[in-house]
Amino acid sequence: MESKQTPLGYVSFSVFAWIVGLLIFFPIFWMVLTSFKTELEAVSIPPSFISFDWTLENYAEVQQRSNYFKFAMNSVILAVGSTLVGLVFAVTCAWAMAFNPTKRTKDALLWMLSTKMMPPVGVLVPIYLVFRDWGLLDTRFGLIMVLFLMNLPIMVWMLYTYFKEIPTDILEAARMDGATLPKEIIFVLLPMAVPGIASTMLLNIILAWNEAFWTLNLTTSDAAPLTAFIASYSSPEGLFWAKLSAASTLAVAPILVIGWFSQKQLVRGLTFGAVK
Amino acid sequence: MGAIRLEKVKKTFGTLDVIPGVDLDINDGEFVVFVGPSGCGKSTLLRLIAGLEDVTDGKILINGTDVANEAPAKRGLSMVFQSYALYPHMTVYNNIAFGLKMAGESKEVIEEKVQSAAKILNLTDYLERRPGALSGGQRQRVAIGRAIVRNPAAFLFDEPLSNLDAALRVNMRLEITGLHQELKTTMIYVTHDQVEAMTMADKIVVLQAGRVEQVGKPMELYNNPTNKFVAGFIGSPKMNFLGGELAKKYDCHEIGIRPEHFAISTEKGEIPATVKIAEHLGAETYLHVEADGLGPMTVRATGEIPLGEHDKIFLTPEQDRIHRFDAQGLALAKS
Ligand SMILES: Nc1ncnc2c1ncn2[C@@H]1O[C@H](COP(=O)(O)OP(=O)(O)OP(=O)(O)O)[C@@H](O)[C@H]1O
Ligand SMILES: [Mg+2]
Repeated sequence: MESKQTPLGYVSFSVFAWIVGLLIFFPIFWMVLTSFKTELEAVSIPPSFISFDWTLENYAEVQQRSNYFKFAMNSVILAVGSTLVGLVFAVTCAWAMAFNPTKRTKDALLWMLSTKMMPPVGVLVPIYLVFRDWGLLDTRFGLIMVLFLMNLPIMVWMLYTYFKEIPTDILEAARMDGATLPKEIIFVLLPMAVPGIASTMLLNIILAWNEAFWTLNLTTSDAAPLTAFIASYSSPEGLFWAKLSAASTLAVAPILVIGWFSQKQLVRGLTFGAVK
Repeated sequence: MGAIRLEKVKKTFGTLDVIPGVDLDINDGEFVVFVGPSGCGKSTLLRLIAGLEDVTDGKILINGTDVANEAPAKRGLSMVFQSYALYPHMTVYNNIAFGLKMAGESKEVIEEKVQSAAKILNLTDYLERRPGALSGGQRQRVAIGRAIVRNPAAFLFDEPLSNLDAALRVNMRLEITGLHQELKTTMIYVTHDQVEAMTMADKIVVLQAGRVEQVGKPMELYNNPTNKFVAGFIGSPKMNFLGGELAKKYDCHEIGIRPEHFAISTEKGEIPATVKIAEHLGAETYLHVEADGLGPMTVRATGEIPLGEHDKIFLTPEQDRIHRFDAQGLALAKS
């Protein structure tokens, strides 16, 4: 591919890509920078870049004011829990759609995806009422269910595209070899789909980690994840940019690290199996 | 033991009637080949027997028991796929062992069976490799190994050699024939290569559009095809079909003469013709000729003959080798 491009085209393309990349990265960079400033410097105009008094006091105060680890633990439980539950349903669903399709399979897939197009606030009241009546408010179990259901269409869609690339012959060979359906899925399909499953899981962990609408509306303290932790710093007492930045940095740090180390998987996953 | 009997087996995909109704008897230990043009339903019929497709109607009896509604695993058959369909994430050893593991065999039994299959198939040195690191022929052997360890009632092959190059194909053909002689297990083999069919089969089943056109020993089909389709399909190069005045002389609608059943002369004969293309293969020569008033024909002569483009020749069919057909394409008794 590269050999076909003129050096000039290649260079300008790279420059463009870098600019886009930096633009996307800048807010995160700025957030991290701000978290090391004093509140005064954080709002000073013009803003200072490097030449300010680096301080850790925001982190110290954030840790003092609220229990970061409790929130972080909840985030981990919600993100991983909803992804694992989702995987069980998504794998079976995608198996059926990829290997035993009917005329309506494509429609069903699109319909599932279309549920993601509705703004979640549209179902907030009914879901809130159900949660209240069933005593699910502020429980991890309730949130895991909501997050899992919210992300299920994307999981099914991603796994479906991965499974489509697996030759049906191989599953049929397993059937001839006497594998029952669960064994066929566990010993043959899943090992072959490991890259797809890994990227599906990663993407869903990230989506669930960052999900703010439901986590903020359905929790107060017991099940509150890091999104609630951040939100507690944009408080009515006024905005404290530096502390908010410190809290946000703490909240995104784990997922950023995971994302960084699993870039390859993620890119594959986000291109939905288009890159082989 | 593996006697298989199909009774009025039907298969439709939606509105598409792929197998309108097939009756067939396959005896224990027989090597049966399904041949037919692409899309005639060979694979579908094989997959129905395997249980990978559900029959729309009819019975499939294996050793007398109707298995039409049983899962593939319950039928005790093994299948070798055209694409090999090996498990890419498992070693050769585990590929071969998978069926035994599923059957709950003990480690010792698995070890013994895998090793003996590997020995038969010359795979002993490759047991720890993944399928990705094997050549096409080796993969094919692994697929066969996976099939034989399970001691099936019958082997099903769906065009197992079509992904191999010509030389390897001849080799594997002999290996599979050898395997059949050794194991004496029923084999059903699908191919559209009629050379494979002729050389390997005890019994050939010629299919067209989901119907059985003829069942018989290779030489029976060659010598006594029941209709024009079988006559044209079995034998290579294809039989020549000639109508018009010549057919009238034999009191039928059309006659068929195989390319190898002509006497060729440069002086006199029944059918005058002009050579268009001569293909010299050394052991034999194919002449593509234009017969006067009859159209293009193919003639096969043994050895080298010094003929080329534009040469005038005369062809005389061997009288007892002439096939006669009526207007419906059905064969008439030999004249
Ligand atoms: N799952 C399916 N759904 C719909 N039609 C099918 C399906 N499988 C096969 N067919 C149709 O059934 C017919 C027979 O197919 P089949 O694969 O049995 O042919 P074949 O004789 O094996 O051909 P080939 O030599 O090309 O492998 C074809 O017309 C095919 O399009
Ligand atoms: Mg086929």
